[in-house]
Amino acid sequence: MLAYAARRLVILPLSLFLVVMVTFVVLRLTGNPVDIFLDVTSTPEQVAALTEKLHLDEPIPVQFLIFLRDLVQGDFGQSLQFNEPALQTVLQRLGGTLQLAGTGLLLAIVLGVTLGLVCAVWRDRLADLVISSLAVAGQSMPSFWLGILLIQLFALNLGWLPTSGAGGWRHIILPAITLATILLPNIVLITRASVLEMSGEQFVIAARAKGLSRLRVLLTHVLPVSLNPLLSFLGIQIGTLMGGSIITETIFAWPGVGRLMLTSISNRDVPVVEAGVLVIAIGIALTNLAVDLLQMLIDPRIRRH
Amino acid sequence: MAEDGVAHHPSQEVHLADGATDVRALLSVRDLTVEFQTGQGRFDAVHRIGFDVARGQVLGVVGESGSGKSVTALALMRLLPDQAARISGGRIVFDGSDIVPMREAEMRRIRGRRIGMIFQDPTTSLNPIFTIGHQLREGLRLHLGLGRAAASRRAEELLGLVRLPSARAALDKYPHELSGGMRQRVMIAMALACEPQLLIADEPTTALDVTTQAQILELLRDLQQQMGMAIMLITHDLGVVAEFADAVQVMYAGRIVERASVERLFANPAHPYTQGLLHSMPALEEEDPPLLPAIPGMVASPFAMPEGCPFHPRCALASDACRAAVPPLNAIAPGHSAACWHVEAVMAA
Repeated sequence: MLAYAARRLVILPLSLFLVVMVTFVVLRLTGNPVDIFLDVTSTPEQVAALTEKLHLDEPIPVQFLIFLRDLVQGDFGQSLQFNEPALQTVLQRLGGTLQLAGTGLLLAIVLGVTLGLVCAVWRDRLADLVISSLAVAGQSMPSFWLGILLIQLFALNLGWLPTSGAGGWRHIILPAITLATILLPNIVLITRASVLEMSGEQFVIAARAKGLSRLRVLLTHVLPVSLNPLLSFLGIQIGTLMGGSIITETIFAWPGVGRLMLTSISNRDVPVVEAGVLVIAIGIALTNLAVDLLQMLIDPRIRRH
Repeated sequence: MAEDGVAHHPSQEVHLADGATDVRALLSVRDLTVEFQTGQGRFDAVHRIGFDVARGQVLGVVGESGSGKSVTALALMRLLPDQAARISGGRIVFDGSDIVPMREAEMRRIRGRRIGMIFQDPTTSLNPIFTIGHQLREGLRLHLGLGRAAASRRAEELLGLVRLPSARAALDKYPHELSGGMRQRVMIAMALACEPQLLIADEPTTALDVTTQAQILELLRDLQQQMGMAIMLITHDLGVVAEFADAVQVMYAGRIVERASVERLFANPAHPYTQGLLHSMPALEEEDPPLLPAIPGMVASPFAMPEGCPFHPRCALASDACRAAVPPLNAIAPGHSAACWHVEAVMAA
């Protein structure tokens, strides 16, 4: 298992290199930061100076090599917007994103698995029909719309929670719910399907024949073997969660990497975008590795040596 | 022993007449009916069956798929799939108390402790993600209140008892690391962990290869003699019954059609279905065995049960009487009963 993890980590830089390259080229092809940062009153000398400073007079491949040379020394360059090291800009906001994404993910898993279990236990009864229908409807609900509805109801009409920004625990409630609902419907449906499938296995009857209660068999036999499909789903969806957190952070003015990325892209703040993309890519790769290892830990049949 | 076990039990029609259970028997089933509700409709998977198992007796239950033998086993454990099936009538008196009306909490003190069960396919009967030791300890800790260490010691003893090589190492193994025969040994160890009075073995050797089958049967027989529990051995293999059981009952389409001691059933089958089953067994002595006769036709669909005797469409002796009414399970000799209108003709054949 450790050897497997090590192999995965060794090939990680290759995928990171590809991510960095594609991001760089696309950003360079789609806009010139000089036009954005220097206003119309700027002199041709100022334009030339900034162009040279950013190596924009070189062909893109050369620019990329220069960028890469600095990158391997840990230098993403200066943020054009904030005039500070780009990596520092990103890392400062990483905590906010981890807090929001972590809370949202935890909420989605706890609520989703519980509701999925309820559906499976009371299959085709009222509780199942209501929850499953809501889950299917929830799959088609855009999160930005839900976010706006939540602000409307709980912040504006009822005045219970703040509309946006970060601060105490009350600030995180609405954005966390918004983010959680991106994954929640699928978690409910996958848990339901997986638990129902495993409930039909012979070992469930065998465990009951030992004298274990229905609830105990459900929680200690059926649920653990049902977790792997859910983990696979979460591994795949971790990117969706990052995308969702960009939207959520923007709606709720949450100070995180997502919102930073959005403004940096429109400002062609290449160093910040690159630093952000790299941090997110590493995060996704490590999460996927963690999912794989967790699955091996759960199911001895897929342990590799 | 065989004759003994049967002789204790009055034949079934006596029970049907007065519904009384045999107080000496470990298990006394009367008028048990199990109803299934499916999308296509309702049917009785088991219809008003009655039988006894004496303490320490090995009862073979024979029949083809769909005859109701596994459903009977699950009913005895009260583990029928609760969406689809229910016990719609009858009594199951185990060691003096009727388990049909029992609350689930009471039932849990019987399952795994006083009645153990092993299944056809040991591969799917073990949870793939837990070690053998973990799965053995569960029952020991639940019923006997053992701590983890004590349960581990007992689990190791049990694996030794079922002659699993290197029992201690096996505790930390996962099911997929064992062979089919070893897994069935583990299942047997699990079922016998709390020294139950009754072991229900639902086709315990069907999923195993022939040499392993023989070893598992031998193990079961040795353990039965050693521990003295009663066994209800469900099988479609008459050879297994001949070797192992004291008494045997033959099931067809949810009913018991014949019941006798093993010796008597093999010597004097009184039901045409039993006779057909015996004729379709290969004889080992013959050098050049002839083509085995098969029972013509198939078991009727539960939704299209024929009127009268359920076996009549496949029976050479079928008459108007057979098409008109279901024959009762009548005693034809002490300890031998059969449900056929033409017992004399069958036995004369």
